[in-house]
This record gives sequence, structure tokens and C-alpha cells, in this order.
Amino acid sequence: MLPLIEAMTAAVHQVQSCSICGNLGGNDPCEICSDPLRDRTTICLVEDVADLWALERSHAFRGLYHVLGGTLSALEGVRPTDLRIDQLIDRLKEGSVKEVILALNATVEGQTTAHYVAERLAPSAVAITKLAHGLPVGGELDYLDDGTLTAALNARRKSA
Amino acid sequence: MEWTDEAIILSARPHGETAAVVTLLTPEHGRHAGLMPGGQGRMQSMLQPGNRVKAKWRARLTEQLGNYTLDLITTHAAAWLDTPEILSIIASACAVTEASLPERQPMPGVYAGLATLFSLRDPELWGPAYVKWEIGLLQALGYGLDLSQGAATGGADDLVYVSPRTGRAVSITAGEPYQEKLLALPAFLLGVPEWEASDIGEGLELTGHFLRTHVFVHPHSRLLIAQAGDLPQARQRLADLYIKLSENDGALAHAI
Repeated sequence: MLPLIEAMTAAVHQVQSCSICGNLGGNDPCEICSDPLRDRTTICLVEDVADLWALERSHAFRGLYHVLGGTLSALEGVRPTDLRIDQLIDRLKEGSVKEVILALNATVEGQTTAHYVAERLAPSAVAITKLAHGLPVGGELDYLDDGTLTAALNARRKSA
Repeated sequence: MEWTDEAIILSARPHGETAAVVTLLTPEHGRHAGLMPGGQGRMQSMLQPGNRVKAKWRARLTEQLGNYTLDLITTHAAAWLDTPEILSIIASACAVTEASLPERQPMPGVYAGLATLFSLRDPELWGPAYVKWEIGLLQALGYGLDLSQGAATGGADDLVYVSPRTGRAVSITAGEPYQEKLLALPAFLLGVPEWEASDIGEGLELTGHFLRTHVFVHPHSRLLIAQAGDLPQARQRLADLYIKLSENDGALAHAI
């Protein structure tokens, strides 16, 4: 048990929230925000740190992140002021960001929040994009739920 | 105890490590909560507000929370993920239903109205249909509006206001001296088949007033209604959205 206790004690003392993006790490700013090789023109907006880590695991995105801290929820009592939207707008005012990717969950609450955030960001002249919804890699049509199939059909595009 | 019924998902909140407490609206058993084992896993996509399911509820005693087994019939939100007005209407309708209806009291009319609203194919119809559904909800709860004839004159012509006290329509001539105190009556509620975002906004203001003053003045859920007389957040955001739409000629400032 001792190593576990030591690890948890170290975590309590060392892990902190990044004052720029809201990521958790040992330093402030976090490793991602302080990495000079990252693309500083693109910010990916995620709901929580677990989503950020999922995107990092994919190695598909080399820009910066912004952790929103949840989604608008009537049930949980989460209001716009409880989310880190104002901090995101402040980051955009610096002028280097050209695109914000809304990587929020494909749920009613997630997408309602995405539309709300997009409306708030509209006055800043950055491009606002969002993740596609549709077939997962390895997914077979006859095993997919109706919702995913509907979203995939709605988001169909021209075959090259 | 056991029953099977068709239902609309109103909400699902996490419970423990893997389960969820799901609230459904059913025609025969009203607003009814139950535990859904595994509700935080693969089932989560089925538990989106607005989805229609076949529900089987089982408990040892009637007063217990009981367990649900659910099978998806129709998913509604997935078709409208890119349409903020409709997503907001789905979220608002589910929140208003959950916050306003008593638990386990059959409300087949409210259920039928909600099922009809969610199955609309034409996005243009959602706004007026939602306002009409809220009027139906008020009626089911005992606070029906009388929009058929003027409160003062008794006539059915030139009705453009509603009395905030009685919920009865008022004609343009009778209401003129009090127009600042009266609520606007949008023409689509009288059967005119044309409307703009501002009309929907007026309709939401009209029903919102009576929901605030009659239904949510004694809220049963402090989760959804923070203070007596407030509207659920999702409902307030819907009204704000239509105010923005009416200011921008029916279009939002963003497109994603």
C-alpha cells in the first residue's frame, strides 16, 4: 500500500490545472500549452480532460486544447457561467488562433452546448468547425444504432 | 410489480459506477423514474432525451424505484444534431415535462403531444408545434388558456393580446389602453398558417409567463428549477435563441 499512498500524495501536491487550457498536469502552463512545436493557430474545444487525453492518444491533432469543464445541463444545473467559455474568448482575442474545433459529445447536451459556444464565438473572426458524426472505423452497418446511421446519412459527402 | 409501456426518455443521470436513473414519460404511467443497470455504458446512446423506447419496469413493491429494461423504438435527436433550434426544443420539452408533471400520474394527452412534436419531419413546424404543445401542457395541468374569444367583448375578431391574469384573449380595441401589461398573442395560435421567429418568440413568452406564475411557482425539483417562478434552464435558453433568431431575420450568427 505504501507506493500507492506515496503516489496519491504526490498527485495531490503536484497535479494542477493549466491556467490557459484547463488541462491537468504537473506544470502550469501544461506540457501541451508550453510545447513550441504545437500548431498555435488551432484550438480544439473538449468537454473534459478525459476527452483531451483521448484525442492525444490518437496523435491525430497537433494543435492546442481548451477544456470547457462540462456541458450545459438543465439536470445538473450547469449554466453558461459555469463553463470556461469566457476564458476561450479571451484566448481568441490574442489574435493567433484561426480555427476552433468543437469536439463535444454527440449527445443532445453536447451538441446544444456546441451551438451555444459557436454563437458566443461568432463575433471573433475565427473559423468554427466540429467533429463529424457517423460510422466508426470497423463498424458494420447492421450492428449500428439508428441514431448513428441517421447522423452518418445526414453527413454523407461526395465520394472522391 | 411489473408493467410494459411505450415511453419517451426525459433524462438519465448517472447512479453509482455503471447504472443510471432514467426518467421516462409514458402514456399509462405518467412521468416515471427507474434504475437502468449499465446505463452509463453502451446504453448511453439510447438514453438521449427525446428518444422513444419500449420500457419494461419491474420492482418488488410499487413504491420502489424499480429497474428498467429498455428497447429503442425511434431516435429523434440524431437527425437534428446540426439544427440548434430543434435540439433546443427537444432539450426544453424534456426539461419542462420533467419539471412540471407529477410523478406516476397518467397524462396520455401530454405524451401524445410530445410524441407528435418529436416525430415532425419539417423543421419549420417545430417552433409553432412546441408553443402549442406547451399550451396543451398548461391545459392538462389545469391552467388552460382561452384564446377562442375576447375576454372583454366576447367576440372572436381582432384578437391580438392575452390577459396575463386570466389567460383569456383580448381584442385590439379592448386591449389598447392596457397593451403594455398584456401579452402578445401570435397569429399562428389562431390558425394563421404563417409565422416568423419573432412570432415563436412571442408564443414562448406567452406560455413562459403562465408556466412561471402557475406551474413553476411551487417546483417539485430544485435540480431543474433553482428558484420558485424560474423556468428550466433549457427552456430559458430556447426563448433566448428565438429572441436572437428574430433579431437576425431567422438566422443565427454562426454556422458550424
